Amino acid sequence: MAEERVVGIDLGTTNSLVAFMQGEQPVVIPGEDGLNLVPSVVALTSDDRIVVGNAARPHLIEASERAVYSAKRLMGRGVEDVQDELKFFPFRLVEDLAPGEVLRIQLGTREVTPPEISAYVLRQLKRNAERFFGPGIAVKKAVITVPAYFNDAQRQATKDAGRIAGLEVLRLVNEPTAAALAYGLDKKKDGIVAVYDLGGGTFDISILKLHDGIFEVIATNGDTHLGGDDIDNLLITIALEDIGGDLKLDLRRNGEAVQSIRKAVIEVKIALSTETSTTLDVTLPEGQHYQREITREQFEQLIQPVIARTLAPCKQAIQDAGIQIEEIGEVVLVGGSTRIPSVRKLVEDVFELAARGKKPHAEMNPDEVVALGAAVQANILAGDSVATKDMLLLDVTPLSLGIEALGGVVAKIIQRNSTIPASATEHFTTGVDGQTNVAIHVVQGERELAKDCRSLARFDLKGIPPMTAGMPRIEVKFLIDANGILHVSAREQRSGKQAEIEVKPTYGLTDEQVETMILDSFDNAEEDFRQRQLIEAKSEAETILIAVDKAPLSPAWKLLNPVELSRIRETRNTLEVARCGNDYHAIRDAIAALDYATRNFAELQMDAAVTSVMKGKTMDDAGENMGSAPTAPHAIAPAEIEN
Amino acid sequence: MTVLAEPSQKTECPKAECWSCGNGNDADAQFCAKCGKLQPVAPADYFQFFGLPRRLQLDRVALEKQFYRLSRKLHPDLYARASAQEQQWSLEKSSLLNDAWRTLRDPLSRTEYVLELQGVRMEEQSRDATDAAVASGTSKQQIVPPDLLEEVFELNMQLEEMRMAHASGEDDPGLKADLQTAGQNFEEQLAAAMLELESLWAEWDRAADAEDPSAQLSAEQKIVDLLNRRSYIRNLVRDVQQALSN
Repeated sequence: MAEERVVGIDLGTTNSLVAFMQGEQPVVIPGEDGLNLVPSVVALTSDDRIVVGNAARPHLIEASERAVYSAKRLMGRGVEDVQDELKFFPFRLVEDLAPGEVLRIQLGTREVTPPEISAYVLRQLKRNAERFFGPGIAVKKAVITVPAYFNDAQRQATKDAGRIAGLEVLRLVNEPTAAALAYGLDKKKDGIVAVYDLGGGTFDISILKLHDGIFEVIATNGDTHLGGDDIDNLLITIALEDIGGDLKLDLRRNGEAVQSIRKAVIEVKIALSTETSTTLDVTLPEGQHYQREITREQFEQLIQPVIARTLAPCKQAIQDAGIQIEEIGEVVLVGGSTRIPSVRKLVEDVFELAARGKKPHAEMNPDEVVALGAAVQANILAGDSVATKDMLLLDVTPLSLGIEALGGVVAKIIQRNSTIPASATEHFTTGVDGQTNVAIHVVQGERELAKDCRSLARFDLKGIPPMTAGMPRIEVKFLIDANGILHVSAREQRSGKQAEIEVKPTYGLTDEQVETMILDSFDNAEEDFRQRQLIEAKSEAETILIAVDKAPLSPAWKLLNPVELSRIRETRNTLEVARCGNDYHAIRDAIAALDYATRNFAELQMDAAVTSVMKGKTMDDAGENMGSAPTAPHAIAPAEIEN
Repeated sequence: MTVLAEPSQKTECPKAECWSCGNGNDADAQFCAKCGKLQPVAPADYFQFFGLPRRLQLDRVALEKQFYRLSRKLHPDLYARASAQEQQWSLEKSSLLNDAWRTLRDPLSRTEYVLELQGVRMEEQSRDATDAAVASGTSKQQIVPPDLLEEVFELNMQLEEMRMAHASGEDDPGLKADLQTAGQNFEEQLAAAMLELESLWAEWDRAADAEDPSAQLSAEQKIVDLLNRRSYIRNLVRDVQQALSN
């Protein structure tokens, strides 16, 4: 049996990462481009291929109707929830959506659900890990992080995404808790820690008690729609108004222009974390320029209302934890938005850090710490390492669970901040003689009325033996598992019969739907992708071989020494052989080797090309003389020269 | 304060076979004495789960220690690679453990739990009554403790005056001061009720130690009355605080 490795995944709003435990240390696995962060962007290319991450990013600006980003904000939500969102995000929902139905997004010619978009990102991370580990090691199991304040539907959607991507989700871990695990791994200190996690789209605050390797969450709170995106949107609104006023251009419906502006405001936001002033500079589709000076002071004033929304959850969490602020020994910063100086200032104020001579912890990269923590949890579950042997995570459910009683009032059965797994048993009966069905509406949230809470599901208890009204005694057990996901079972106590439950998840996919998504889109796609990769590598090898065989015609060839010449010949022959086989990695390795062997030759040729330009020849002529297409993505051709 | 007792040692217990190694274990054992595997039995009640006698007074530190000790043996993270059946048992048992810890660590929920185990109907104080009230969309009917009648009558007048003053936008500092005094008075009564409750816990525990059911029953009745009184006063304190913060 092939070796298997459990990885930890941070499926973020803006960026996603995959990490694993290398010996005693968690490390992030880079992608093929060498970068740790995989932008959570999915695009459909003009030739109907799905691309993910950095490869998908250009599509946001060039063809925004074929790209989706920040899909995490849509997970587990219905069409009525996302109206505000749609003002800023160029998502195009399909038109026939009914309230309560799973969202479907128009991606070019395809229709995809948010779990499927997340699955594309997960599949990319899975591939990155498999590529990194090399042949013989499969990645089939993962720990995935979610915002602590995610409700049941959002958690279920994340789990579905894993399944669609071909990953068994061993555990969903709350992001702030994962960060605490990553920090706690080398600190091994007891005490009370607060984790302030302001990411791209979500905000979480968790308060944990650390003792003897147990990471016990005592309270959590947050806002699943608060993050860097909201700051970007504020800046975009201002830019759009300005452009409307100054240049008399209404770009609000122009997806590509809005994306260009988004890219520019993000740069401004990042610059203002270190600079006191910067320029917002956007090139608009019609070639016009929009420029505006923004000072840090203006920026801080503008975002104040957004970051102030993190205050109430912090205070509520401290109150729920039943502790005084002074008892909080450390505060850990997580999420890219905590790089903003005014956010740090706010954290220092809320937790009275300055007064106590303390600083918030930001030693670990706030973009990576959650993925590293997920890798630690993956290691705990694998149970085979000394590094994590005594570590145990006790997390809580962020929202109270209730059932709708008469008059639409909520009767709470599991309070928020209860350690999970948690359960509650309730008894139901019938109101009419001979009644064989009882309907139960389960909600999540803190409000008094069911209509103000999040509807999780409607359960239909069926097959109750016909009896006089009030006689049946149906025992229903509600159990929230360690992932924060609800399970329900029911039994009629007088007959001892297991009652049948029909679940109608309010915003979820049914098991069958998830099943077809796996089969339809992935098994084939996986194979298609490999095939295409192989074909592309073969044709690239062919182009290179032709170029190399023409190389002796070039004057630069004569300048190579015998060792270089023999190395080129050797690597050329290896590639020739590999090209005829079906081993993708062998071809790629051979290309890389030949590439390396011909590096000096390429440089010499480049010099010659420059010289010939100086002699008055055009670049095209020079390229022809070199015997290779100047645009070939290979060192042997001087592709880096710009016109 | 009672000292935590060792898990009770029974003589002549019925044996249960371990599903994994076949060893004969005590019928209520959570783990096999020989191979250490998780056993499917469900503990009879929260006290038994913690290996504690059913008492109203508990050593919280020892209870907490036991909670962490059991968490390290039962949590689903430890069964990620075990069979589906063992995963299910771990899920059920650890949820029960967490429920038990939540209930027993808080003296009031522990008191209600013990009364429930003893088969005492809590009337208007009980959770069932709360649920019933919530279900019918009404507020719970509460009987005013007789000795409080006069004070409650006066408080209601003050609260009504406050509402009227608030509605007409007036600010009456004298009325505010009166309410503050009343609020303070009720908070003191709440503290007194808490003290009295603590002595009743001791009374009930002594009766349980002496295996004297009639003394237990009499203590239970006093506890029920006191809990009702306490919850009534707590509501008054809340009303005052609400009126003052408006």
